[in-house]
Amino acid sequence: MNLLEVKGVRRSFGGLVAVDQVSFEVSAGQIKAIIGPNGAGKTTLFNVISGVLKPDAGEIRFKGRPIHGLRPYRIARSGVSRTFQNPSLFLQMSVLENVMVGRHRLSRYEFGGCGLRWPGQAREERAIEEAARGQLERVGLADCAMRSAGSLAFGQRRMVELARALATEPELLLLDEPASGLNTREKDDLGDLMLRIRGDGITLLLVEHDMSLVMSLADEVLVLHNGMPIASGTPAEVQNDPKVISIYLGGEFQHVAAGQES
Amino acid sequence: MLRLRTQLQRGLMPVGLGLVAVLLHLLIRSLGKEFYLTQLTMAVYYAIVVMGLSLVMGYAGQVSLGQGAFFAMGGYTAAILTTHDFSAYQTAAWMETLKGMHIFVSRPGLYGGEVTAMTPWASFFVAMMLTAGMAFVIGYPSLRLKGHYLAMATLGFGLIIHKIVVGSSLAGAADGINGVPEWNLGGALTISGKTPLRVTNYYVACGLAVVVLIFLRNLIRSRVGRALQAIHDRELAANAMGIPTAAYKLKVFVLSALLAAVAGVFFTHYTGGIGPSEAGALKSVRYVALCAAGGMANLWGVTILSVLVNFMSLRGWFGSYDHAVFGLLLIAMITWCPQGPLKPVGRWIRRWSSRRAGGEELGR
Repeated sequence: MNLLEVKGVRRSFGGLVAVDQVSFEVSAGQIKAIIGPNGAGKTTLFNVISGVLKPDAGEIRFKGRPIHGLRPYRIARSGVSRTFQNPSLFLQMSVLENVMVGRHRLSRYEFGGCGLRWPGQAREERAIEEAARGQLERVGLADCAMRSAGSLAFGQRRMVELARALATEPELLLLDEPASGLNTREKDDLGDLMLRIRGDGITLLLVEHDMSLVMSLADEVLVLHNGMPIASGTPAEVQNDPKVISIYLGGEFQHVAAGQES
Repeated sequence: MLRLRTQLQRGLMPVGLGLVAVLLHLLIRSLGKEFYLTQLTMAVYYAIVVMGLSLVMGYAGQVSLGQGAFFAMGGYTAAILTTHDFSAYQTAAWMETLKGMHIFVSRPGLYGGEVTAMTPWASFFVAMMLTAGMAFVIGYPSLRLKGHYLAMATLGFGLIIHKIVVGSSLAGAADGINGVPEWNLGGALTISGKTPLRVTNYYVACGLAVVVLIFLRNLIRSRVGRALQAIHDRELAANAMGIPTAAYKLKVFVLSALLAAVAGVFFTHYTGGIGPSEAGALKSVRYVALCAAGGMANLWGVTILSVLVNFMSLRGWFGSYDHAVFGLLLIAMITWCPQGPLKPVGRWIRRWSSRRAGGEELGR
């Protein structure tokens, strides 16, 4: 069964249609990439899937249940986690605390229980910390645990954000341009890490600009242009699609599209 | 080992705070100014309001200009229910039942005769429920929106409460309510303004403040505290990580309103009455100013500063420049130590100790 189904999604801002008629599926265990030039609507699509924006039309199903229009925290609780294009860590907190926030949906003591240190609450706190440390180890930042999140370099922030998203134990992980701003070595590490994450049974959907990364990692690629999907398939298929070539290299797309329609 | 240490530290905090209270008491007694304890007790109650506000402002990133109104709501509810004469229902069957449950009691009135009024405990619970309900009604719509809608809503609420209090004869209009009976909490602990009970009441207030402080500190150092801090830092990311941000902001706001109302009820029984000035908008602004000057997300700073400044204000040390002093204080604190009065002291101690440690190492 498809883990995520997106059907006819449309979202506009005033008169500008950012995303229109987007339909695709993500099957469990896949790495799927969404590519497209700047302004193609990739991030808007991500925001719609994760609940940050509400779609104007269309439906989104996760594990068969509709999730469109739900608030982000409800979607997160159902097992979809995400990172942001600009790492949005909680800068007033330590790296470890940032990742601990990711455990929120998997822990249960509320105001009363926490304020009164109810029996079992301390144990839960230790379990949260342990799990968070585990996730930091997974992304290779275990020794930064006690540093303030604001003191990290850009690449490390991305990794902490990834650890935070992983700490929610998602089934589907949405990564918004995970490689942007990373150097070559960090990109290689990221690629390895994504394969390991997939190996742990987490499905990945990413928006990415770095073509070599996308082509080497993704099982399937969806190409967006001006908010509409224009091609999809394996990396090799997409790479050889004339429409894709034309939008990336410029020029003849209108002509090609017109030629196909006639 | 580490766990044992943190548990020891946790246990030490209430002891340490108790010690501070005792030392302060001894200092005042040695100065021969025991009457200071009265204003100190009142200042401690005011500080409890600011503690709750610290959670709202410092951790959830919202501003409430209605804390004075919630304080007054608690105080006035207690004052009205414990002083209003319900003798008209004396013969009703339900009154008998409620008397049997110690919700109502008949006692000799101030001006002779017998008065039937609610017991302090019962009115305390009514005050809590009313406040929680009101905070929910105000917070629910305004906290779903981003931005400072809560500040506007609470400001309006505060003004309305003030008008109601001044305009209704039930609340004693401009005179407020006097003759609020003392409140026996159980055993020897009685909240009352009588001089022989001054020391007891000082310790009751300090005890309540310590309990609130410990509760809030536990809360801050837990998943709830991290969630609130996350909401303050980046609400969207917090929401995307599975935190129900609107519900959390609402819960914090209701909690802060309840703390203000608790302080209001205790305060009213202590001073034996309450007046409309407690509900004034300027009172709420003062709580916000104290919270901001104390460093907002800094429970210690906020507590110490509000006890100190409220004490000085209640002693009349600022004279007729009272409000001006609050404004100046706010400006000064935000200019020189925006993280609260304790942060520079802490930094200074750390620098001093590290210099000493460094010196020793060099010596070796």
